[in-house]
Amino acid sequence: MDVLLLLADGMLVSLQPLNLMMIIIGVTLGLFIGAMPGLGSVNGVAILLPVTFLVPPSSAIIFLAAIYYGAMYGGAVSSITLGIPGASTAVATTFDGRPLAKQGRASLALVTAALASFVGGTVANILFTLFAPLLASVALSFGPPEVFALMLLAFATFVGLGGDDIPKTIFSICFGLVLGAIGFDQISGAPRLVLFDYNGFLQGIGFLVLAIGVYGIGEMLWTIDQTRGDVTATTPQMTIKGMAADTKEAARRGWKGTAIGSFLGFFVGILPAAGATPGSLMAYGVAKMVSRNPEEFGKGAVGGVAAPEAANNSASTGSMLPMLTLGIPGSPTTAILLGGMVIWGLVPGPRLFVDEQQFVWGLIGSFYISNLAAVLINLAFIPVFIWMLRMPFTILAPVIFVLSITGGYAATRDMFDIWLMVGFGIGAFFMRKFDYPLAPAVLAIVLGPIAEPTLRQSLLLSSGDPSIFFTRPVAGPITVVALILIFLPALKFLRRRPAKGKRPAS
Amino acid sequence: MRVGELITAGFLALLSLYLMWKSTELPIGYISGTGPGGGAWPFWLSAIMLICCACTAFNWWRGTTPASKSDEPVLDSHGWKSLIFVGGGIVGFVALVSIISMYGAVAVFLFYYLWFLGRHGLVLSVTISLVFPIALFFFFEGAMQITMPSGLPFTDPVFDVLYDIIY
Repeated sequence: MDVLLLLADGMLVSLQPLNLMMIIIGVTLGLFIGAMPGLGSVNGVAILLPVTFLVPPSSAIIFLAAIYYGAMYGGAVSSITLGIPGASTAVATTFDGRPLAKQGRASLALVTAALASFVGGTVANILFTLFAPLLASVALSFGPPEVFALMLLAFATFVGLGGDDIPKTIFSICFGLVLGAIGFDQISGAPRLVLFDYNGFLQGIGFLVLAIGVYGIGEMLWTIDQTRGDVTATTPQMTIKGMAADTKEAARRGWKGTAIGSFLGFFVGILPAAGATPGSLMAYGVAKMVSRNPEEFGKGAVGGVAAPEAANNSASTGSMLPMLTLGIPGSPTTAILLGGMVIWGLVPGPRLFVDEQQFVWGLIGSFYISNLAAVLINLAFIPVFIWMLRMPFTILAPVIFVLSITGGYAATRDMFDIWLMVGFGIGAFFMRKFDYPLAPAVLAIVLGPIAEPTLRQSLLLSSGDPSIFFTRPVAGPITVVALILIFLPALKFLRRRPAKGKRPAS
Repeated sequence: MRVGELITAGFLALLSLYLMWKSTELPIGYISGTGPGGGAWPFWLSAIMLICCACTAFNWWRGTTPASKSDEPVLDSHGWKSLIFVGGGIVGFVALVSIISMYGAVAVFLFYYLWFLGRHGLVLSVTISLVFPIALFFFFEGAMQITMPSGLPFTDPVFDVLYDIIY
């Protein structure tokens, strides 16, 4: 009961005119920043952090949280309309969001993403409100072996997502992980994999460089080649009646994915260092596994949009939990929020809920209001995003290339990365021709820098004994499930018989 | 496609070998007291990549992949043309950035694509090629405070005018 009273007080704080205005501006800015390839919530929060010194700390953190929410909604927009995930959290949304847009059903995909994000955010807010301190202690019990087991589970999900060609999928995962290892060894600090001894590789290869190369350039070249230049951009219709029908269809076909994503995303999100990317991917994998029509996934399944979108929003709220209760940021964006709180004189940690009650509950209240504002503003802007898709492809394509290059530069500020992006794009074009799935590589480059140190720390803890991943109560079951998920398709691959008489000469 | 798949697998196998060799610059085994060496992670991952390439070649030999059963060329004349004109256009765009600035390169690339490849009218091509980079300038330099490459000094007068509007 106390919690509800505190929450009601918090909501009243967030509904004060200044705070409400901050929410609306923050969500709208976040939506557009998130929709821009190359820019995500991290950029929005980091760039606008200095602006917040003009308002009281509670309004400032509400503003930044609103940007965070808006950007999470916006990430789906570029994934669906352009096929370029602006952030790693939105990669899984492209799997079905883009095919839906290509079928002329972008409105359905965008409505599904908005509604799933709203439900995911709301479920996460409720769990956050009710179980914050308890869940924080659970998250804290995750040591390196547990986090590595979780990463292994995420990689296992890739194997299921990669289609029928298991060797190519595993190649793609390992390739992404190796690319993520370029730069410096995180533990010894020694330069590692400086390819061709070129110093540009010392700074490593970022997720965006690979993602924009693969999706912004490679995928576009492939589309132009496949359609023989005669691309009739999808002609999505946008009417009030159509949107109502889309809402109905999104609810009917996407509820299961939304439910899975909402809960799974939150629990992965609260784990320090895990975040929304593995959450959204696992939600997609589980939604595909439990679906009655798993063959529809990857071809435009509504559940395939709902699950990752619910999960990434839910995980974003979840990642606030270790930041507020333990002072441990769960994602890069929450790390910046944490920095902001310290600047404002607030000390995140268990005492925050006691010493700064009004601030904390004002922030939690603002999560609910921001979530509601985000879904309403997002739905209102869907016609604008749809209009963009109705442009002739010969205008849309160069605009996408330009946004990819400028967005990529904005994120990395290095021309070497832009050249790498072009190289990856051309490489991705040829790999796509031979059915190499590229999404696992893009996701692996994000998860590699989390997986490697946790593996090495775990092996150091056990003096090199890998049984540490099987004997611990939390890590053990996760590792076993991951190995089953990896070896089941591998067994299928080994048992598959060659096609008879279908090998023509080259 | 059939030969192309094998060549791609061979190329990727060579890449895997190169990455394995490069990884050995750091220790790849277990070091007592410090755990796995810095090269262990990329080395063993590259080794798995190499095995995957071998499996792909084996699948090619068994004829179980779509590409291994296809007689189509990897790229026909249209494919080569679009790769050269579009891919070459992108390479030219990036190459121009350090000479005529990011915004200048955007304008040239848009005009090239819209007018030459897209066959749009001159007025539409010129309008988009001028308006879009200016909008990008105000978004990045004004709103996001991100400075893009400004090219060689001869572009300075244009930037001076635009910066005067922002500041």
